[in-house]
Amino acid sequence: MARVLVGVKRVVDYAVKIRVKPDKSGVVTDGVKHSMNPFDEIAVEEAIRLKEKKFASEVVAVTCGPTQNQETLRTALAMGADRGIHVEIPAADYPKVGPLHVSKILAKLAQKEEAGLIIVGKQAIDDDCNQTAQMTASFLDWPQGTFASELKLEGDKLTVVREIDGGLETIELKMPAVVSADLRLNEPRYATLPNIMKAKKKKVDKLSPSDLGVEIATNIEVLEVSDPPVRDAGMKVENTEELISKLKEAGLV
Amino acid sequence: MKSARSLMQYYRLLSRWPNRLQLPSQTCIRCASSQPKITTHYSIIPREGDERWKDIEMERYADEADVVIVGGGPAGMSCAIRLKQLAKENGKDIRVCLFEKAPELGGHTLSGACLEPRALQELFPDWKERGAPLKTPVKHDKFAILTKNWRIPVPVFRGFPIYNEGNYIVRLGNFVKWLGEQAEELEVEIYPGFACTEVLYHEDGSVKGIATNDVGIHKDGSPKETFERGMEFHAKVTIFSEGCHGALAKQLYQNDNLKLREGCEPQTYGIGIKEVWEIEESKWKPGYVEHTAGWPLNRNTYGGSFLYHLDEGEPLVAVGFVVGLDYSNPYLNPFKEFQRFKQHPKVRPTFEGGKRIAYGARALNEGGFQSIPKLAFPGGCLIGCSPGFMNVPKLKGTHTAMKSGMVAAEAIFSAITDENKTSETSGLYVPEYEENLKKSWLWKELQSVRNIRPSFHSFLGLYGGLLYTGLFYIFGRGKEPWTFKGHVADHKNLKPAAECTPIEYPKPDNEVSFDLLSSVALSGTNHDHDQPAHLTLRNDEVPVMRNLAVFDGPEQRFCPAGVYEYVPLEGGEEGEMRLQINAQNCVHCKTCDIKDPSQNINWVCPEGGGGPAYSGM
Repeated sequence: MARVLVGVKRVVDYAVKIRVKPDKSGVVTDGVKHSMNPFDEIAVEEAIRLKEKKFASEVVAVTCGPTQNQETLRTALAMGADRGIHVEIPAADYPKVGPLHVSKILAKLAQKEEAGLIIVGKQAIDDDCNQTAQMTASFLDWPQGTFASELKLEGDKLTVVREIDGGLETIELKMPAVVSADLRLNEPRYATLPNIMKAKKKKVDKLSPSDLGVEIATNIEVLEVSDPPVRDAGMKVENTEELISKLKEAGLV
Repeated sequence: MKSARSLMQYYRLLSRWPNRLQLPSQTCIRCASSQPKITTHYSIIPREGDERWKDIEMERYADEADVVIVGGGPAGMSCAIRLKQLAKENGKDIRVCLFEKAPELGGHTLSGACLEPRALQELFPDWKERGAPLKTPVKHDKFAILTKNWRIPVPVFRGFPIYNEGNYIVRLGNFVKWLGEQAEELEVEIYPGFACTEVLYHEDGSVKGIATNDVGIHKDGSPKETFERGMEFHAKVTIFSEGCHGALAKQLYQNDNLKLREGCEPQTYGIGIKEVWEIEESKWKPGYVEHTAGWPLNRNTYGGSFLYHLDEGEPLVAVGFVVGLDYSNPYLNPFKEFQRFKQHPKVRPTFEGGKRIAYGARALNEGGFQSIPKLAFPGGCLIGCSPGFMNVPKLKGTHTAMKSGMVAAEAIFSAITDENKTSETSGLYVPEYEENLKKSWLWKELQSVRNIRPSFHSFLGLYGGLLYTGLFYIFGRGKEPWTFKGHVADHKNLKPAAECTPIEYPKPDNEVSFDLLSSVALSGTNHDHDQPAHLTLRNDEVPVMRNLAVFDGPEQRFCPAGVYEYVPLEGGEEGEMRLQINAQNCVHCKTCDIKDPSQNINWVCPEGGGGPAYSGM
């Protein structure tokens, strides 16, 4: 039975209206409501289901970030993960962290914890990178099943149904493997109050990136973050003739 | 179809007796339209006997605490903190659990606010060293009466209720967050994201505790695969601090055994709508406080504006508008009054070139001293804006809310730790809370201003109120021997639409005034769409039959979040409408529950974690 490693990220809640900082260096995150990345919730749920079906021995939730990330870890524990690992990155350094660092960290942890399966969300809703699963698989030289909408584990064979542009693709991977969860994989359970109280007693280990031999340095510099341009108002036309004349006026036909 | 004349008689019948929701039998079948079912919530459609629920495990996990607190606002937090402070001082160990429906503390908190630090000073004499976010002392206090084009300044002197020297402009949500940090340090167990939806009773009728919300119910009321029952928490004393017009408090008031509202006036309310703006630095005056009355409201509609310039590093202002919910014209739209106010030639300049960054709304208490119910009952206590300790002319309720929480904590701590105390009921009855509160500064303060808000009800309206305040509060110090009573519940004040004139509101200019939906988006509000609507209707037919027919659907105007919409009925006759409830937009302000002329809307807590995402409001 495999030990499953699940990566969870703390992001600005999806319903909150994002505001760009006045100095255009990024978006305002102070005091803004945060929650677990929705795709990571799905990843946690899948890992727990594997454990409930006795295909996995233990579910370990991992998060990389400042102190507040502990809340996200606690939610994963409340959903049913067995223990947590918080890779602490000071708030000042956090903007430098990207999928490259996280995937190095996950790869090192997978080796350290002797994990047999890594499940992460397909992408984070703040940066939309969609890179961590792929890079992690590469560092470990493990097969990857991304955009998973269905997962089946039999012995050391993992069958993944992937959502691709043309439809659905079914592949077979030999464990150990990396999977990224897509929207239709499952519907995550609620973190109920009794489970949140139990989760308080579950173990959370703290590490720093240097403990894993990972350096937080980046070659990427953010020059500017700005709002998308305001959409121009549209106009209503009475009939097709008017439409054509307006298009001609604008030089489009 | 019945003749027009008998229809008119029928509507007049409905408008006179709001509780007679039974339709006269001969009219009902033909007049009652084929309204689609709206309400699916289990508080209206019970699950016992519902086929879809017959195999579902409904047992709840239960836990015990010494004190359970419902609602993590200033009152609830102060109570929790004081309890733990006393426990520490006296070497006792008590378990205090606090539940808050917002996913983060301060997430559902909205207020002006000018904080009078009196109660905070008592709770934490070292609040400054602890880093309490009181960063903006009030420097300038202005009051003005607006007319359509002019602004008439009224000087503010010491002794005026609105005088603010020594007070601080705060972002109450951040203050509540800070209180939460202090509470956690004292080991209060705080559970954000959990709404308390049920009061539990012992067999002797005393309060046993609460149950948190069930999760995982489809919009049509059937259970999801992820359905989980809420959890029960039993306590010696349960504190209800849900804020203005709380949902569980409403249930308690309806409990005939407790008789909490015997001998007090009905509570009356206002709706407060607030925005936070980032303005041009040249216009920013940190510590500046301005209140106005008058335009755009007429002299018989209570209300006014506030404008506070914060001093926290960025040029931010908090601006808002309050409308008394005792207004009579169903065409009045508080949101649009607020937007209109910002277009006043003397108000507009502050906002030109600025950017609106937050929006929200909440009902507030206006009943004052006369509307305070019984505060302690077997097994429970009411604190904060829930029973209502707002000093209306001062526009401040936070310091009194905190004080009530602290006095309750002191009384409850003595009662719980007194080994000799015997109680007649299983739930502890702590009348000392109410007795001690009556001896405190809170009671004296509310007594001195008790007649000011009611004095606005004369023919002279606003001017009568100001005159009364001048004579009896500023000079008389509130010691006049009479007390104005005769509060009327707000929902009874609405006149039928036929007797009123529609109000022409200007269109939003998208520079200083905006439309409703973009405003609601700024509140960050959201709810899982696949759950029963938490705006429940006792009778699905009443909105179209009465609210729309008689009052032209006032809920589409007083809701500051666009929850209620009358839309054409699909497949119905020409002009037939139905009520659409956009529950996801709800910002938990409670105005609909208060102002519905048919009292048909019953607001219940949605799944915990849903609602607005205010940040420092």
